[in-house]
Amino acid sequence: MKLIIAIIKPFKLDEVRQALEGLGIAGMTVSEVKGYGRQRGHTEVYRGAEYEVTFVPKLKLEIVTTLELAPRVVETIRETANTDAIGDGKIFTLSVDDVVRIRTGETAETAL
Amino acid sequence: MIKEGTLSKLKTISALGLTALCLAEPALAQQGSEEAAEAVAVSGGTAYIFNTLLFLIGGFLVMWMAAGFAMLEAGLVRAKNTSVQCLKNIGLYSIAGLMFWVIGYSIAYPGFEGGFFGIASFPYFMQGVGEADVATGYSVASDWFFQMVFCATTASIVSGTVAERVKIVPFFIFVTVLTGIIYPVIVSWEWGAGWLDAMGFSDFAGSTLVHSTGGWAALMGAIIIGPRIGRYVDGRVTVFAGANIPLATLGTFILWLGWFGFNGASQLAMGTVGDVSDVSKIFVNTNMAAAAGVVVAIIATQLRYGKADVTMALNGALAGLVAITAEPLAPSVGMSIIIGGIGGILPVIFVPILDKLKIDDVVGAIPVHLIAGIWGTLAVAISFPEVLVAQIIGIVATGVFVCITSGIVWFVLKATVGVRPTEEAELAGLDVSETGIESYPEFVRT
Repeated sequence: MKLIIAIIKPFKLDEVRQALEGLGIAGMTVSEVKGYGRQRGHTEVYRGAEYEVTFVPKLKLEIVTTLELAPRVVETIRETANTDAIGDGKIFTLSVDDVVRIRTGETAETAL
Repeated sequence: MIKEGTLSKLKTISALGLTALCLAEPALAQQGSEEAAEAVAVSGGTAYIFNTLLFLIGGFLVMWMAAGFAMLEAGLVRAKNTSVQCLKNIGLYSIAGLMFWVIGYSIAYPGFEGGFFGIASFPYFMQGVGEADVATGYSVASDWFFQMVFCATTASIVSGTVAERVKIVPFFIFVTVLTGIIYPVIVSWEWGAGWLDAMGFSDFAGSTLVHSTGGWAALMGAIIIGPRIGRYVDGRVTVFAGANIPLATLGTFILWLGWFGFNGASQLAMGTVGDVSDVSKIFVNTNMAAAAGVVVAIIATQLRYGKADVTMALNGALAGLVAITAEPLAPSVGMSIIIGGIGGILPVIFVPILDKLKIDDVVGAIPVHLIAGIWGTLAVAISFPEVLVAQIIGIVATGVFVCITSGIVWFVLKATVGVRPTEEAELAGLDVSETGIESYPEFVRT
């Protein structure tokens, strides 16, 4: 199994979620996060004083899926979250040892 | 905003005799219908009722301005100081009411003319049940209530400037002195028929008496207490953005609404068609000055920074309102727009200047109430050029008296109970150390 962590622009969430549902992805965890990469921050003015917005608001998606599905999930996120502009985010893929469904005790892919 | 005092001022300007129930002389003369107005003036008892009604409606509108200040300040402080800011606002409103009854009103209206300081019998003696004093032309309780809420407004101005870094106890002690003594003395000079009134100073609803008084007290507080930790470091201004712009906007709209009572009811009489017409004209001028202040602030920030600053637009509304307060009746609508528009540019200019001087004014109360108050007081001379010298004397005298007295109080508080929380408490937010209750417990700390 693979854990896919995607950092995306907040307004892209619904598009990404719908596309992943089309792939048969049955669940995900979403968090509001802040950070920066190549986009860096930008300067704003509040009551006449400049300040740096260092951390840009993003959403973090966490999806655990099977080995077979993982490349398609990554590709789907890349296609739907893409605006061709700086700051579109990144996708990380990690290996997952095990999963347990708390209610039933099911493990591995049956718990997904 | 006075009884005998306004009367003597109007007499000076017009050399016309007036009755206590007909304070609307300038506009009546303007409309050329003085006789017609007097002919349809309602009888004494009905005039008494209408005058009293004006005080009561104006009074509860101005009372509601306390809510406006509370929301404006709650929106412009950081989330970690919001509970304390709300507590300070409801506390100061209540202390102002108590102090104005105990000695404030008796100092503000000492009962003799031309003086610097005096005190009538205190605490203020209210009328008995079912009693009326038709000779005054209004219920004395309605008059007391109306004057009291103005006193509270003065204290509200201070709380915004010194937010986020002064402990509750020294702040409330300062408010007690401000509302019990400092503000009433200033009022006695003008509306209490004191020496400023005698020399021809004119301040219809309080650009100087209320707003500049609060502004000077706030300025002394900001200087003596010092800026918030981390605000000015290495010659740079650190932005501490307000936590809740919708609340600040709501607060500004509440203040704008309350201002119709503040300026409109300062006509002090509604017993004649002339007075009611004047109150209506004041409503229009007051609204237009605020509107002009907003538009000018939006345009100015858009041009200067490339983006319109909503908090400056809010300040612009209030600065426009403060600017028209010294004379909301005599100017034409066009002139009211100019007076308010110039008011609206003042925060855009003076907020960065105060930051350069390292005077930390959290909500912009010093530009809005002090600077725009001075401008509004001077702008009375546009309508009545003969008062210009008296206006300058009034502005300077108020500044000197309020700076010295409030400066002494802040210094004494600093030397005794201390004005600031510990560095650790200030950084953690005053909500934790002063009330133990957070305003937005589920929110991320700022």
